[in-house]
Amino acid sequence: MKILVCISHVPDTTSKINFTEGDSKFDTNGVQYVINPNDEFGLTRAMWFKEKQGASVDVVNVGGAETEPTLRKALAIGADNAIRVNTPATDGFSVAKQLAKVVKDGGYDLVIAGRESIDYNGGMVPGMLASMIDANFVANCINLEVDGTNAKAVREIDGGKETVSTSLPLVIAGQKGLVEESDLRIPNMRGIMMARKKPLKVVEPTDVTAETKAVSFEKPAPKGAVKLVDADNLDELVNLLHNEAKVI
Amino acid sequence: MSILVYTESEKGKLKKTALEVVSYAKAIADQMGTTVTAVAVNADNAESLGNYGAAKVLSVKNDALNKFNAKAYAAVIEQAAKQEGAKVVVVSSSADSKYLAPLLAVGLEAGYVSNVVEAPSSTSPFVVKRSVFTNKAFANTEITTDVKVVGLSNNSFGLVESGGTASVEDFSPSLPDSGVTVESVDKATDKVSIADAEIVVSGGRGLKGPENWGMIEELAEVLGAATACSKPVSDLGWRPHSEHVGQTGKPVASNLYIAIGISGAIQHLAGINSSKVKVVINTDPEAPFFKAADYGVVGDAFEVVPKLIEKLKAFKAQNA
Repeated sequence: MKILVCISHVPDTTSKINFTEGDSKFDTNGVQYVINPNDEFGLTRAMWFKEKQGASVDVVNVGGAETEPTLRKALAIGADNAIRVNTPATDGFSVAKQLAKVVKDGGYDLVIAGRESIDYNGGMVPGMLASMIDANFVANCINLEVDGTNAKAVREIDGGKETVSTSLPLVIAGQKGLVEESDLRIPNMRGIMMARKKPLKVVEPTDVTAETKAVSFEKPAPKGAVKLVDADNLDELVNLLHNEAKVI
Repeated sequence: MSILVYTESEKGKLKKTALEVVSYAKAIADQMGTTVTAVAVNADNAESLGNYGAAKVLSVKNDALNKFNAKAYAAVIEQAAKQEGAKVVVVSSSADSKYLAPLLAVGLEAGYVSNVVEAPSSTSPFVVKRSVFTNKAFANTEITTDVKVVGLSNNSFGLVESGGTASVEDFSPSLPDSGVTVESVDKATDKVSIADAEIVVSGGRGLKGPENWGMIEELAEVLGAATACSKPVSDLGWRPHSEHVGQTGKPVASNLYIAIGISGAIQHLAGINSSKVKVVINTDPEAPFFKAADYGVVGDAFEVVPKLIEKLKAFKAQNA
């Protein structure tokens, strides 16, 4: 089985979010980048397929050279090869188009992406990609087993989960549950050394026009100070929630 | 060229988000000088969507669609959009709608924007505001394609009754081979899901252990609320992952969010930012959550929560 894991290069979850150039661009100043957490769960599940079922695991990112440390980290965790499509990730559609070409050229059976990236939260790349390459697709995937060309997956739904059967070629949008938080691997020194020698191929993008563009960014309006209610006067809290906030 | 909106139902009953997306579609239709057509699958009372602004409902009745399938549902909506010549298609932010929307967008060659929080600021060019960076910011985003798919963030627009009536037409689209078969569904029917909840009661590590969740569940029951938890609580296995709220968990957009024993890490606050009113109960007055909350109680959850349950029960009895 040939697995491709899509890796987004995203600001660490503790990052302060600011914008520059007249609120038209994300301010990367002082921001640490990481593997998108949803992708990391998927990568770790892919490592399981590699170790238990002899799968090969490649990782891919659509982005500029600045994303290579993130791909190297994925190699250090255990991926075999990395591919970087040399173009900025402009919108979900154009990223999906670039990935579709990588999947076709590489003949992958299973594509593991994250449910959404924690920066732009679009949540559309995996589904678009599946549609473009005519593969089966499972969103919000919290468990995946593959046997030959058959697959069994569990999808989180609102208020529960459902088990589905499907087949390769398959794209999943993964999240926590695919593996546990405690299963995530911190690259060790040997992994990091080996990752330096593993192939990281840079491919040129295909010609795609984005379908959406961010015109400007803004931050939520600053909120007023908290109203403190005395722990011995909870009638006041009930009163405020009923008469002032009108939520009960 | 009406505005098409997909209205979800569960076991025949239209969901609240269905009424919200119709209300939202009506606002866009008014801006663009057109009408709203809804597409509903195996829904009863489809004509009731008229009250929220739909002029017409395409009603699909097909047992093959009893279980949700993203590819099949996307095909239904795509065919409806093409029949109606719709330039804008509106869907909700439910797990199912977010599953089908990317497939629909590719099928319609439409640009798709998810997590939209307001009516378009302009319809030509078509610009909508969406939340990004897990609610830490917003991006005003232009969709440049001829046909557009808009995913509305739940509970961001609200319900708007316009008192109209809708005509209901039978609609019989062709269904594709789906490739994904639902084997079983495991869903608690007696509990409110976080996505659908108007009130969410959430517990953190301050509750000291899973055995102390009884009062959280009781508080949730009194309020008709869903229960949720912070990341450490789900990582420790005290509560299921499905309750984890925050940047790497679920977003919450409820009317009221009550955080108990949660300090308010930046990742948690991001996930609950679009909740309208936030209440924090914590022993530590320096907890970052107090900066993000509307109302706060400094105190021991083990004393405050049982008292609050009593007060709320009395309040409910009085206002019943």
